[in-house]
Amino acid sequence: MSLFLVVALPFLGALLPGILNRAGRTVCAGTTFAVSLTALVGLLSNLPALLRGEVIEARVDWLPALGMNMNLMMDGLGAFFACLILGIGLLIIAYARSYLSRDDNMGEFFTYLLLFQGAMVGIVLSDNILVLLVFWELTSLSSFLLIGYWKHLPEGRQGARMALTVTGMGGLAMIGGMLILGQIAGSYDLSVILQNRDLIQADPLYVPALILILLGCFTKSAQFPFHFWLPHAMAAPTPVSAYLHSATMVKAGIFLMARMWPVLSGTPEWFYIVTCAGLITMVLGAVIGLFKHDLKALLAFSTVSHLGLITMLLGTGTAFGAMAAVFHILNHATFKCALFMSAGIIDHEAHTRDIRRLGGLRHLMPVTFVIATIAALSMAGIPFFNGFLSKEMWLEEVSHTTLFGPDWLVPALATFGALFSAAYSFRYIGHVFLGKERHDYPAHPHDPPAGMWLPPAILTVLVVVIGVMPFLAEPAVRFVTSAVLGGTAELPHEHIALWHGVTPALIMSGIAVTGGLIALTLFTPLLKLWDATPRPEAKVVFDAVIAVFVGLARIVTQRLHNGAFTQYAGILTLAIIAAGGHAWLTGESTASTREAMPINMIAAAGWLMLIVATAFLVIQHRNRLLALILMAIIGLIVSVGFAYFSAPDLAMTQISVEVVTIVLLLLALNFLPDITPSESNMGKKVRDGIVALAGGAAAMGFTYHLLMRDFVAPSISEYHLANSYKGGGGTNVVNVILVDFRGFDTFGEIIVLGIAALVIFALTEALLGGKVRARLLNRVPDKPLSGDRHPLMMVILTRVMMPLVLMVGIYIFLRGHNLPGGGFIAGLIVAIALVMQYMASGFNWANERQRYPYHGIIGTGVLVAGLTGIGSWLTGNEFLTSAYGYFRIPPMEEFELATAALFDLGVFLAVLGAVMLSLESYSRLARRAHTPDSEFPMDIDPSRDDPKTVGKGA
Amino acid sequence: MTHWIIAPIVLPAMLAAFIVLVVRFHQSLARAFSLAGVVMLMIIASGLAWQASDGTIGMYQLGNWAAPFGIVLVADRLSTMMVLLTSVLALFVLLYAIGSGWDKRGQHFHALFQFQMMGIMGAFLTGDIFNLFVFFEVLLIASYGLMIHSGGTRRLRAGTQYVLYNLLGSTLFLFALGAIYAETGTLNMADLAVRVAEIAPDNSTGIRVAAVLLLMVFAIKAAIAPLHFWLPSSYAEAPAPVAALFGIMTKVGAYAIIRIYTLVFPPDLEATAGLFGMWLLPVALVGLAVGMVGVLGTNKLDRLIAFAVIGSMGMLTTAVALFTPAGISAALYYVIHSTLATAALFLIADLVRSGRGAAGLDLRAAPPIAGGAIIAPLFFVAAIAMTGLPPLSGFVGKLLILDASFGTPLVWVTWAVILGSSLIAVVGFSRAGSVVFWKSHQLAAEAVDETTPEDAQGALEPHDPKGHIPVLEVVAIAGLLALLVVHTVLAGPVTRYMDATTAQLFTPEPYIRAVLDVPGKDLSKDPHHADEGHAEDPTEGGHDAAEPEGGH
Repeated sequence: MSLFLVVALPFLGALLPGILNRAGRTVCAGTTFAVSLTALVGLLSNLPALLRGEVIEARVDWLPALGMNMNLMMDGLGAFFACLILGIGLLIIAYARSYLSRDDNMGEFFTYLLLFQGAMVGIVLSDNILVLLVFWELTSLSSFLLIGYWKHLPEGRQGARMALTVTGMGGLAMIGGMLILGQIAGSYDLSVILQNRDLIQADPLYVPALILILLGCFTKSAQFPFHFWLPHAMAAPTPVSAYLHSATMVKAGIFLMARMWPVLSGTPEWFYIVTCAGLITMVLGAVIGLFKHDLKALLAFSTVSHLGLITMLLGTGTAFGAMAAVFHILNHATFKCALFMSAGIIDHEAHTRDIRRLGGLRHLMPVTFVIATIAALSMAGIPFFNGFLSKEMWLEEVSHTTLFGPDWLVPALATFGALFSAAYSFRYIGHVFLGKERHDYPAHPHDPPAGMWLPPAILTVLVVVIGVMPFLAEPAVRFVTSAVLGGTAELPHEHIALWHGVTPALIMSGIAVTGGLIALTLFTPLLKLWDATPRPEAKVVFDAVIAVFVGLARIVTQRLHNGAFTQYAGILTLAIIAAGGHAWLTGESTASTREAMPINMIAAAGWLMLIVATAFLVIQHRNRLLALILMAIIGLIVSVGFAYFSAPDLAMTQISVEVVTIVLLLLALNFLPDITPSESNMGKKVRDGIVALAGGAAAMGFTYHLLMRDFVAPSISEYHLANSYKGGGGTNVVNVILVDFRGFDTFGEIIVLGIAALVIFALTEALLGGKVRARLLNRVPDKPLSGDRHPLMMVILTRVMMPLVLMVGIYIFLRGHNLPGGGFIAGLIVAIALVMQYMASGFNWANERQRYPYHGIIGTGVLVAGLTGIGSWLTGNEFLTSAYGYFRIPPMEEFELATAALFDLGVFLAVLGAVMLSLESYSRLARRAHTPDSEFPMDIDPSRDDPKTVGKGA
Repeated sequence: MTHWIIAPIVLPAMLAAFIVLVVRFHQSLARAFSLAGVVMLMIIASGLAWQASDGTIGMYQLGNWAAPFGIVLVADRLSTMMVLLTSVLALFVLLYAIGSGWDKRGQHFHALFQFQMMGIMGAFLTGDIFNLFVFFEVLLIASYGLMIHSGGTRRLRAGTQYVLYNLLGSTLFLFALGAIYAETGTLNMADLAVRVAEIAPDNSTGIRVAAVLLLMVFAIKAAIAPLHFWLPSSYAEAPAPVAALFGIMTKVGAYAIIRIYTLVFPPDLEATAGLFGMWLLPVALVGLAVGMVGVLGTNKLDRLIAFAVIGSMGMLTTAVALFTPAGISAALYYVIHSTLATAALFLIADLVRSGRGAAGLDLRAAPPIAGGAIIAPLFFVAAIAMTGLPPLSGFVGKLLILDASFGTPLVWVTWAVILGSSLIAVVGFSRAGSVVFWKSHQLAAEAVDETTPEDAQGALEPHDPKGHIPVLEVVAIAGLLALLVVHTVLAGPVTRYMDATTAQLFTPEPYIRAVLDVPGKDLSKDPHHADEGHAEDPTEGGHDAAEPEGGH
């Protein structure tokens, strides 16, 4: 079977348990089992070729530009691990079927488990280190899900997060390391990297790459000082602990060290880092493990310790060490997995994992007793069990290893660690199974159904078989070891055997076992000593560190994003000034090319007014009415300024915009208090003032600089001036630009206006639908209302003016193409005519007399403008291509018709609709507030003799 | 002459006007038209992208005016890709908005949505920088309307800040445009490229300042620190579908940076040398850090996602700031990823919100939500994508960016910030997910313990309460996530496309020629009757012709 399929099967199969969840637990587990079995069979089908010495490959391009390709490769090492993962996986699935209770969502469990399995197989079969990274992180993620599987347990959630944080950190470091490695080797394919040992080790980036990769390996394989997450991962269901956190996932780091062994090992850096980390982890884990009362915690620390042992073996960089490592990986997987399963059985049957509440189980659970004892003895390193053999090899390797000077240091430490290792193994047997039978177990323990004891039993058979007949395993171990060595070193000559004579290793081993037994007899005083020793609790430290980070993050985030707009705007202004200033200072400029215009006294007076009004506005902005008046003054002077600089169109537009804006703002003022409350103290005012002045000065200086210099090439407006009539049919260049040259901009802008009106409408609706409505209804006006809100004079006057203003609007519209004017201004003027009616007679009265909804007017305007543009498609021209012609209808003189006028009509309608819709929206607020509707145009009407209306609203 | 290039702008504009005019009172009709419009938009966008995929640069002269005198639209690889991305995103967002009923909770949702489409499409397609300003205005005002859709005090307050801050940006845009026009006398981007290159290095002050100011404008849109302050509240408070749609809005800023600073102010231009190249990368990294720290530092899920957006924009800008082909190509890959992932997360957060009632999106335990068994995996997948963990496109994007920055002076800082911030994001997201989706089961279990007698244990119902499963919403979210998966699996072809796109950006000559070499309106023929002789001097002649008309 193709390697792709082997890797993909668990992923594809992961969907099945989730779907089949309702079909029953056996179906669910059975399907999962079948999926794993198929993958295993598929894997084994490649074995003959592998044994012939071939390397099985499967390659397909994924992201060739980066060098990240889905390349899979299976050599001895990969096959060994894959078999371990899938084989133990089968046992775990069978075990989990019985272990999980009815309350547990089995489909979810097996889905996660298969995801993990696929990812793990992916790691060991990857030929591409980037793809390996993908699988690597996937195991972290699936482990996260599995640890947190019992969502209601806080330990599960916290353990899951801790595991993800630590292994995630390692994974991220490894991304960096792998990228560097790939850059050095010129390829991300392992098969290439493994050939480039000298190149890589000579590179100055070797050390950073090594450290980063080792960070990944150490976090994953729980090496000191990252070991602390593993015991907390024990909150997961026991099958998960047995599978991920003892047999497979935690070996991923070790796998990677073995995989990279040919290129990374052999340097002093590798030796010191890896050996030290391994040795410390080994000893530390063993010591702590002895004093744990939770069965799973004890096993967790023993796992940490044994992982350290293997790491150390890889660290020494010798071929013999590598072989010992491979052998111990196999042995540890068998006995530790069996031990975890037995711990799970005890937990399952006795409802506790606390060693202090157990003891004397040997008669109650004979089967479990046998299984656990065999596995534990193997862990202790007792002859005839497989653990003994690899531990001997480790001690042998240790006896040749020297760290930091003294020869005795490493062997002494190792013996010390092995002693504790033996001790906790004996404790597992002694304090749980031996001793007096008790009467206070939380539940009456008995042996579990076969589904639960059979899987560990199978493993213990292996433990014994390998232990007694090591020559059976030796060919496989040598085969895998040669894959680890990758041709950089010769296979060691030593054989795996029970008896090598009296070697230093045997002596150390003897000391350790004897010492272990003594330690167990002295357990009570030792425990007292241990409990009295102050030591950092990893979880407390970790939680504190995370809490500090979260606290810092919270402070930084909330200080920065405190919602104060002045702060945001201040930072924006300063950033602009800084960036602009930097650009200004680093640029060069020549002398100005233009003469300044002479200062005209009238103009100067105007500018002075502008400045005074603005300054006054800044000072008086809290008085809203005054501020509005000052704004009107500023707007007027700006309009005059436009006129002064020969831009009559702009001036007209500006004036009408000013009028409309001020009217709308006046309406808005109706709902606001007269005075804005003061929100900043003097310090803030000074600070903001400085920032504002700096911004203003910068803008002024830069503008002056620009005004004094010419374009780099003739500007495009010269073309517009030259061609406005010839191409656009109009002599008012500004209008032709608006409706023709750049009609598309105008199209956008009228849409902006239209949207603005729609937004104002929607906003009003939202307000009136919410709490604001009640506030409006209960609002008491803060000033007495006018007794005559719709005065007779005003009503009459506006009625008279209306047709006149409309005429002006139409006139301005028509002449727009050739003289100052156009749809935009006309729309505003007509809007003013209508607004006057509303002001005079009130919203309700006027609105009843207006037949076209303003939404429709906006929509029509945009549609007319758009359809004018689309119309040119009919003649085969681009959007908004104008056409015009001259017509003569007797007896009139010849006149011009231009499609641009139609477009301008759209502009006109959109502007009109937008203004009126905004007005309407404000009025709606007003009507809800306090104004009684009137059906009459004016409050006091001499021709009407209705006493009720007199004085209404006063 | 094909008009397809302008269709993505005109179609939604017309549709929006139509919805306002005709069907504004008919919710279901408005939905149907809006949805049909987006589907058509997607079809048109696909067509345009297909056309551009062989390197053709499509150009459209509005009003038949030759560049640089009129406005042109340009459909090259980059712009059509962005248009396609927008339309695809819009489809899923609209599905969600309809499914969740968000569109009914206020006025004019669909009209504003279509106008928003028009603005975004226009910004991507235009070849004229002033026209870009106009479209920025369109999308700003439309987005403001969408943002405050359905009202509420907090939302309105956030909306005010949003629109104010962005109006500051608009003002700066206008100022920068004035400066650019004052220096070059043109507004067409291709023409700008030609003219800016003509500016002597010893007279560069004006154009340098202008270039930087313009960059600041786009940086505001792209929420690059320290100009990102408008984003957290507005994205968090916006209705979820709108926040999801906003995923593309920040990309408009990024797009503009990529476009203008490869075409008009390319990195090797002497007059603007040593300018933004110096500080854009550090600033981008600060943004990345600020965003991801914010992920850890907030206590609401929607704000958390908003900060993740800032972080991902920092990441994107990091890639852009390299201004190398590899960097831009990685950035383009990341654009698609980040847009889709952001959108999916906001939509998921909305499902959580609607399921949790009073607890809202506060990061504290609340009773399990209906459909949690579906929503939690969706969140998990989307969070993986957002934090850039394997196997999704975030990881691929991150690798591409890390790889692209190899060999640059700040490589170690860049790597440290990227990888470090990823870790912070992982911690932040896992905390949030654990509290929202897992801790609720503790509450549920405790509640069950309280109410169930001891002897009834063992026969409990599964923890997930059976409730209404939001089908259309889940389909929309799953669709977005599926696209992320596709984006990952097809990373090879996609990066090839991005490489070609980048190559097109880094050889601007064909773009410039395609825009400037096409003649526009034929001005040789006399506009008026041949016998009246107005053609010699158009300005003078125009006045003559105008007089009689004015009299009517």
